[in-house]
Order: sequence, then structure tokens, then C-alpha cells
Amino acid sequence: MASPKYWWGVAKKCFTVGLISLTVSDRCGSITPISGQSMSPTFNPEHSTFKDYVLVEKFCLMKCNFSHGDVIVFSSPSNHKEKHVKRIIAMPGDWLSTSDSYDTVKIPQGHCWVEGDNPASSADSRSYGPIPLGLAQGRVTHILWPPQRIGKVEKVVPEHRLSMTTRQTTS
Amino acid sequence: MWASKLCQWQWRSIAKEALDRTITVAKFLSLFHITDTYIFSPTIVYGPSMLPTLNVRGDVLLIDKLSHRFGNLGLGDIVIVQSPSNPRRILTKRVLGMEGDVVSYNAHTGFVKTLVVPKGHVWIQGDNLYASNDSRHFGAVPYGLIQGKAFCRIWPFAEIGFLGSV
Repeated sequence: MASPKYWWGVAKKCFTVGLISLTVSDRCGSITPISGQSMSPTFNPEHSTFKDYVLVEKFCLMKCNFSHGDVIVFSSPSNHKEKHVKRIIAMPGDWLSTSDSYDTVKIPQGHCWVEGDNPASSADSRSYGPIPLGLAQGRVTHILWPPQRIGKVEKVVPEHRLSMTTRQTTS
Repeated sequence: MWASKLCQWQWRSIAKEALDRTITVAKFLSLFHITDTYIFSPTIVYGPSMLPTLNVRGDVLLIDKLSHRFGNLGLGDIVIVQSPSNPRRILTKRVLGMEGDVVSYNAHTGFVKTLVVPKGHVWIQGDNLYASNDSRHFGAVPYGLIQGKAFCRIWPFAEIGFLGSV
């Protein structure tokens, strides 16, 4: 029969593990499931039955060093409790031609343009415009589950949509 | 054989000691991090934009990092916000409109503008209307940029006390 002292020890251990894991998931990285089809086929391709699990890296938050083509997690500008996963298409100072119309948009200071990989079912900057970089919560670097697709998440930069003059000056 | 056993035992105890120390240090650092991010943290704010509530030369405020996570934020609260135009800058402003509120303000052009704060956004303005870069310039900010609510001033000592909402 376990004594109260034993259970006190177990509780203390659980508390320690909780503290340390919360800190690690805030500062270094965490594992998150992805739901929804907006980033298909990079995450959750059509024929998969399970949700994808990805590694979200948080070191990039301290210096805000994001680059074109990164997949980021950010809190939605219209509801701070929702987290969205999208790809950065353009960074501050870029001129970007939006895909559905023939407009060119200049990205303001401190903002970025995010889009899902699956334009058919994705609510992104095409509907709510550029988002502040301060909303970013981390960068998705690796897929951890399912096993056949374990690996790095590739950067994809749609060069043809960014106007070349600004690309040269910013990069 | 006896010596080697003693040596092994020593190594084991040293390893255990080192592990214990590491865990203690890690626990301390994590507790510090969690207090700082989720409960409260002291922050230095300066600049003319919140005159006369806060001084130009700098005040140390205690920031409540918990209540905005539960949506417990109202009109008139002083908040700490990440600047939308530079994610590394932190602004101190007062909330003057929640989502759905109708806000009227004087734009630079001199005309009075009226708009509705969009969903999930807040309207923030400095107390010093003449020297403040705020929602009148960059529009309503997303709620997700809010870092915390200032509730108490701890330095300078002469003006120590709670910051009420106006």
C-alpha cells in the first residue's frame, strides 16, 4: 500500500515535468497536429486518414528572422484563439501580384503575406490582407507523423509573383 | 576488484548528484519563465505618448499577462502591444474600442473619421493625442498582438500604486 509520502513525491515529479516541458515548448519547439486541408498537399494530402503531426520551432521568434517560403504558425487576426498554419509568400517591402486578380500589392513594414498551399480551400491573406509579423507563433520545420512522410518541410518561393527589382534589394 | 567496485559506486553517485543539480536549475529557470510569460512581469516603458498618465523618462510597470488570455480586457485598460509595423517594438497604449465598437477620431487630414472596429481587433490610442503613434495611423490592431495589461506602477517610488482604468 502506497503511503501519502509516496504520492506527494509523484505529484512533485509531475509538477517538475510539467514546468520544464511547458518552458521547452514555449522556448524551443513543440509538436502540433494539423487539421484542415488548407496546406494540402504539404500537410494532410487527400488520401491520408490520420492528421499530420509537425515540429514547430520557436527559436526564430526571438529575432523575428523569417524568410520567404517558410511555413509559419500564427494566431488568426480575426480570432486570437485560433492558430493557422500558412506559408509566407512575401516579406516587408516586396511588391506582390495577387494570384486571382492582376493587382500588385506592396507589403507594409512589419507585415507579411501568407497563403495556404491549397488555394481552393484556404482563408488567408487573399481575404484579410497582410498580417503583422508579431502574430507569428513559430515556424514549422519537420513532419513527424505519418512515418512515410517524415522529413523536412521544403521552402517554396513563388519567384514569378514577386517583382524582381525588390527581390534584389531585399535579399 | 574491491577498488573497482568502489570507483563504480562513486561514479554513480556523482552522476546522480549532477542530474539532481541540473534538474533543480532547470526547474528554477522554468518557474521564472512561466511567471514571466503567464502571470506577471516588470517592464520599463518610456516615451511621450502616454503623458500625463506615465512619465516621459520611464516608469517600471507590472504587467498582468494572464487576463488578456481569457478575454478579460475592457475599455480604458492600459495594454502592452507589439507594434504592427515592427514586431520587436513594444508600445504602451490605452484600449479605446473593442471589436464591434464605433470609433470616431481626428485623422491627420483634420477630418473626423468614424469606423467600426473589425472582428478580433482592438482600437488603441495614447493619452497624449499630439505625440502618439497609434491606431489613428495604423488602424485597429489584432487582439493577438496584445502582450499584457499594465496594472501597477512600482517605480518611481513617489508615484507607486495601481493604475486605474479611465
